[in-house]
Amino acid sequence: MTVAAAAPALSNAEVARYSRHLIMPEVGMEGQLKLKAASVLCIGAGGLGSPVAMYLAAAGVGRLGIVDFDVVDYSNLQRQVIHGTPDVGRPKLDSARDSLHAINPEVHVETHEVALSSGNALDVLGGYDVIVDGTDNFPTRYLVNDACVLLGKPNAYGSIFRFEGQASVFAAKDGPCYRCLYPEPPPPGLVPSCAEGGVLGILPGVVGTIQATEAVKLIMGVGEPLVGRFLVYDALRMRFRELKLRRDPDCPVCGDNPSVTELIDYEQFCGVTPAAPAAESSAGADDDATVEQLKARIDSRDGVFILDVREPQEYQICAIPGSTLIPLGDLPSRLHELEGRGEMIVHCKSGARSAKAVKLLRDAGFAHAKNLRGGILRWIDAVDPSLPKY
Amino acid sequence: MPTRILIPTPLRVYTGKQDVVEAEGGTVGELLANMTDTYTDLRKHLYTDDGRLRSFVAIYVNDDDIRFLDKEATPVKEGDTISIIPSVAGGRAS
Repeated sequence: MTVAAAAPALSNAEVARYSRHLIMPEVGMEGQLKLKAASVLCIGAGGLGSPVAMYLAAAGVGRLGIVDFDVVDYSNLQRQVIHGTPDVGRPKLDSARDSLHAINPEVHVETHEVALSSGNALDVLGGYDVIVDGTDNFPTRYLVNDACVLLGKPNAYGSIFRFEGQASVFAAKDGPCYRCLYPEPPPPGLVPSCAEGGVLGILPGVVGTIQATEAVKLIMGVGEPLVGRFLVYDALRMRFRELKLRRDPDCPVCGDNPSVTELIDYEQFCGVTPAAPAAESSAGADDDATVEQLKARIDSRDGVFILDVREPQEYQICAIPGSTLIPLGDLPSRLHELEGRGEMIVHCKSGARSAKAVKLLRDAGFAHAKNLRGGILRWIDAVDPSLPKY
Repeated sequence: MPTRILIPTPLRVYTGKQDVVEAEGGTVGELLANMTDTYTDLRKHLYTDDGRLRSFVAIYVNDDDIRFLDKEATPVKEGDTISIIPSVAGGRAS
């Protein structure tokens, strides 16, 4: 491609906008036109999707797709910088589109208000050159991985937890895929989510900009892509480590004799069935205590023992009056503190951890432990709306 | 000479909040066995009930995945660092 032939494709306004790209030999007019001709799909408009979409729009990627079906919540604003306070309650796609247009009206933004599934993933992903995975759950991550391998599309991957991030490029030609590293997902409940474990708000900014960098490099064909390398970032120690990744010849998706040749049921693969979370949080439902029952018992001063199994940081935000805090992780070693207690009502944020605690307590001989259905969130809704929700 | 094992954030709750622990052993398997003898709650997060390493936890010796070396028989020499790299899912709860 010659510069003279390509030059008319950028308007004078675009030349001014992208001038700091155009004067670099690694980008130049040729690279900028590649960006303009390219399309990238961001899966999720959350913590990772925010910086990815904003920087790719600013960089001049011609067509930017976003998949999301969520609504902006106050708890998103600490890290999802594509959304602002006035956007709370709006669909994330609407909010994201407005932000991207404000940054760069030249970019064509396409919104996909769908939950990605085996039925639609190949169609949605198939329309883009590069996929950026900013998903927050294992079924979608394996779905995106497999769809990228089947379609032959590179996947700029990122993941975050608390102070740690991971990034790599999967499903590039001859490169490994996510399944080469993790053939199977963890069973539900064994790996905490950010909603349980928290996340430093800036962390997705660091990891998302790495994903955006890789997307831009893949489009322009410059540099060394993060293929066959797994970047692990520790924000507390401010340390990046690079681990080697190899394509596994026995990988079920990208191996030499793949057994997965079409998309499968990823909810089932990851052991999550729609009914499972509800069943877990309401385990032994007949035996659960309700927040109304607990309120009546506190008011009648019958001395009911309330055990809070959340973490100390959560207890500082809000607590049920008179409750005793023993975090779930400490419970096995602190059972002696509960000896002699009769009936106890156990709660956490929404009921899942306390269900585990009740099982643990009953197995240890505390037959009269009951789970508070819906946790402190239900308590705030139904009994004391003056407490802050988190 | 004990070997350093780097513990990722999600598993630090089982090591008394330590991000680095030390264990003795000539192979990765021996090291991990000795480590989980000390930190017993880690065992079910690293191993299945029938004693296999879980497939959503990658074990690295320095910057190499042991699955592409000698798996748990991979020898460990002085100065090596072991990393446990689990799969993590960011964002909201599913």
